[in-house]
Parts: sequence; C-alpha cells; structure tokens
Amino acid sequence: MIDLKDKLVLCLGERDGIAAPALQACVESAGAEVIYAETQCFV
Amino acid sequence: MSVEGVVVKPVVRGAAFCMAHVPGMVLSGSKPRREITHNTNGLKQQIVSNLRSFADAVAYPPHQVMIGNLTPEALSKIERPWHQHPIPNAAAEGPGGRFIDEATFYAWMARGDCARLLRFNEFLPGALETALAANANGAKIQKIDKTALADAIANGAEPFFMGSSDPVGVFLPAHEEDESLMAPVLMENAAAKVTGAIALTDLLKKYNDPPVDHLLGCGEEAVGDRYQRGGGNLAKAMGEMVQGNIAGGTDVKSFCAGGIHAMLLGAALIASGMHRRVVVVAGGSLPKLGMKFQGHLQAGYPILEDVVVGVAIDLAADDHVSPIIRLDCSAFHRLGQGSAAHQMAGALSAGPLYAQNLRLSDVDRYAVELHNPDITEPAGSGNVPLNNYQILAAIAAQKGEIQREQMPEFVAAHGIQGFSPTQGHIASAVPYLPHAIAGLTSGNMNRVQFVAKASLFLGRMTGASDGASLLIERNPALTQTQKGV
Repeated sequence: MIDLKDKLVLCLGERDGIAAPALQACVESAGAEVIYAETQCFV
Repeated sequence: MSVEGVVVKPVVRGAAFCMAHVPGMVLSGSKPRREITHNTNGLKQQIVSNLRSFADAVAYPPHQVMIGNLTPEALSKIERPWHQHPIPNAAAEGPGGRFIDEATFYAWMARGDCARLLRFNEFLPGALETALAANANGAKIQKIDKTALADAIANGAEPFFMGSSDPVGVFLPAHEEDESLMAPVLMENAAAKVTGAIALTDLLKKYNDPPVDHLLGCGEEAVGDRYQRGGGNLAKAMGEMVQGNIAGGTDVKSFCAGGIHAMLLGAALIASGMHRRVVVVAGGSLPKLGMKFQGHLQAGYPILEDVVVGVAIDLAADDHVSPIIRLDCSAFHRLGQGSAAHQMAGALSAGPLYAQNLRLSDVDRYAVELHNPDITEPAGSGNVPLNNYQILAAIAAQKGEIQREQMPEFVAAHGIQGFSPTQGHIASAVPYLPHAIAGLTSGNMNRVQFVAKASLFLGRMTGASDGASLLIERNPALTQTQKGV
C-alpha cells in the first residue's frame, strides 16, 4: 500500500480499460497531485 | 416515436463489407511508416517478409466471420491463435461481404482518381496489369519510369507497394504547400473512398429498390483543403463512383461511434417520413494498417492488420421482415455522464433499456467494440470486447438481474467473440449486423443492442468521450407470420 498524500502522479489511462479521469479522481481523493493525465486508445 | 404524424418504422435490411487485403499498404500505415523512417536496419524488409498472402487472409477464421461464412460462436470454438487454424477451402465471398485482392484495390484506386494523382511504374506485376484492365472502368492509367518515380517521391509523392519493398506506383501531392493535400493524406482518403464505394456497390446489387434517397458517411478521414480541413462529404464522393440511383449524401462524425450515430440519424430520417431509404457508408482506415506490427512480430505472428475494410448499411421503411430499429430505445452519450467504462455502459446499455422496461438480460446479444483479440493481445491492449462484456455483466449483477457468481454465464450468453479487424469505426459494433439480421429474421433472436464508443479526446479539443447505442428487434410482422397469425 502506497500513501499517495502529496505525491505527484502521472495518470496514463486506456479507453477500454481505466480512463485517465478515473485514475485522476482516485489518486486525488487520496491526496495526490496529478501533474499529467492522458487517455490513449490503441484500437 | 412520439412525434406527431410519424407512422414509418425504420428497419435495417442488410450490410455489406468490403475486405480489401492490401499487405503492401501496411508499409504506408502510420506506425510502420514512422518506424521505418527511424529504423534503417532492415525493418522494412522484416515487415515485408511477415505479410500474409491473399489466400491466408481469406482463410483467416475471424475474416470468415466478417463476411458471414462463419458465426462468432463457431469462431470461439477454434483454438487460438487463429492464423494457425485456417478454414479449409475458404470462400472470398459470403452473405456479409467479400474480399478483394491488392491488385483489384489499386485498380479501384485508379478508377476513383478523379484528380489524376496516381502514377504507376512502367513495369507492373502481371496480376496488377490484369486487374487494371478489368477493374479500372476505363480510367486512363498513367505510367512513369523508375527515374521519374524516384523524383516524384523526392518531391513529396507517397509510394505504394505490392509484393516487395519497391514501389509499384505513387500518389502525387495536390498542392506544394497545403498540408491537407499532401500525398499521404490524399492516399488515405482515396483508400477510404474506394473501399466504401465497393461496399456500396455490393449492397446496391443485393437491394435495388427503392432508390437511395441519402448516403450518410461515417468514416474517420478528414477530406478538405487548407481552408476547410475535414470539410468532408466523402459519402457523396463514394456515391459518385457507384453507378446507382443515389440522390445525395452527408458525413456524420464521431470517431469510432460514427456508424451508430449515422444509423440512428438515418433511421430518424426514415421515421420522420423525409426519406424512404438511407444507406450508411464508410471506407476503411489506411493509417491503422500495421498499427500493432511490433507486437505481432514479437509473438511470431504474421502482421495481422493488413485489411482496409469498407461497409454499407441499408436502412429503409418497414418491409415487415427486417429488424426494426427501436428509436425509442436508443442513446447518445450526454455531456456530464462520465467516460469511465461503467458510466458509458450505464448510459448506453442499461439506461435506454430500463427506460423501456427492459432488462439487460432481455437482450440476446450485445455488439460492442468487436476487435479481434488475436490482434490486440500481443500488443498489450487486452481483449477489448471481453472487457466490455464484464462491465455489462457487473451492471446486471448490480441491478439484481443476476448473482455476482453468474457473471461469467452472462458474458457467455450475451457476449460475442471479437472478430473484427482493428479498423476503428468499422470494428465498433457494426460487424455483427449481418449475423444479427440473420438471427432476428431466420434465427431465434429477438433483440440485439449495438453499442459504440468514441475517443474524442484523441483530437485534443476535449477530454470527453462519446458513444451511442441502438436496439434492433425482430419485426413484429415476421413474428405474426411465423405464428401463423
């Protein structure tokens, strides 16, 4: 288990997996700061 | 529909797919093209050495599902990887579409070259000469020698290949400074135009009446010049190539979800009484060829992304046989609904069904993103349709339709084995249409939901996603006939 409070996070999401906004919402709720978030689509 | 005066029920009568097997064009796909530029250490030859023959592409089991000769259920019983289990004596044509080979594809490119931008090498393989004579429909074939070919490439022309890493021709740029009219852009648009036009030609052979009132294009290409990049109406350009009775056309855009958006809009035009017949049409994606070639080479597979796929979908007023498009049970993803997988599935699948007092379990099959997992898994992209079905099963469990431990059964009963080439808007739900129409007319299905998603964020103008869904249902008139009413 990692304590994400005050950590800087890069969120790399995948369209049919977990999208970046969902990752961002999760890590921000744990106190992290998102410095980059992008969702990609590989199909 | 509750609009006053509406009496027409829209139906979907059929769909035709054009599978253009173009292994030489893999070198022109976005990913291979970029990698070859950076890697001069034999990569081009390595790619050429791992391309499939026409016979291999036709016999590839997922491709047989695309043209309707094999069901997705039968495909799921074939051991993977599927390229190691070709279908014996496979036909290049089926009830859902047909294959064309690379030479025929280039001949159609010549036929559609209204701006006279194609130049062929003066010495061509015999198969290409034959195809040009048979399929170019009288178009003047312009040939140049090897030196002129090299000069053209040095000045921005885009080469194309067949059977080797030496070009058989080039596509010229249409303007010296206009990025929208650069040769690679034009070649991509032309590939889409001809594959859509061939699918449309085949569809019109099957369904001749009534005349087509309107074409709705739903591809992902940007057609235009520097002043209107993406201005569009490739639909009308496809219609022009087809010798049929077609009135007009418009393009509908929403990335991969364009097909379902266009079907809904076309069905609405018919329901309103404005049109009697609308054909949704799209060409395939040249840039997506070889997108995951590195994963395929690493796994020891042939390069599986070697087909450009066009489609034409026939929408008409109720013929009392074909499946009804339930406009009252459709959905467009709305701003604010969220783009996470469960939010999309909730908005596009459960939402419209529950609004009509239907449960998720009342739908026989869900056609989602139907990408072939043999293509996506070696590149680390997972099994896309399976991911979608697991979300649907989870929502069914959340709503109390099934127990949590019944989720695998739900996936098996309502899911579809992925089989589509990774051609973006082509793979998005619509490849199941020929199978769904058969199941809802001569088979024992009652309802199929089509669900498409779109990655709008890729264009950097929004962080949002998009999606659309529609439900098609067994025609009640057909049910009455079968019951002897």
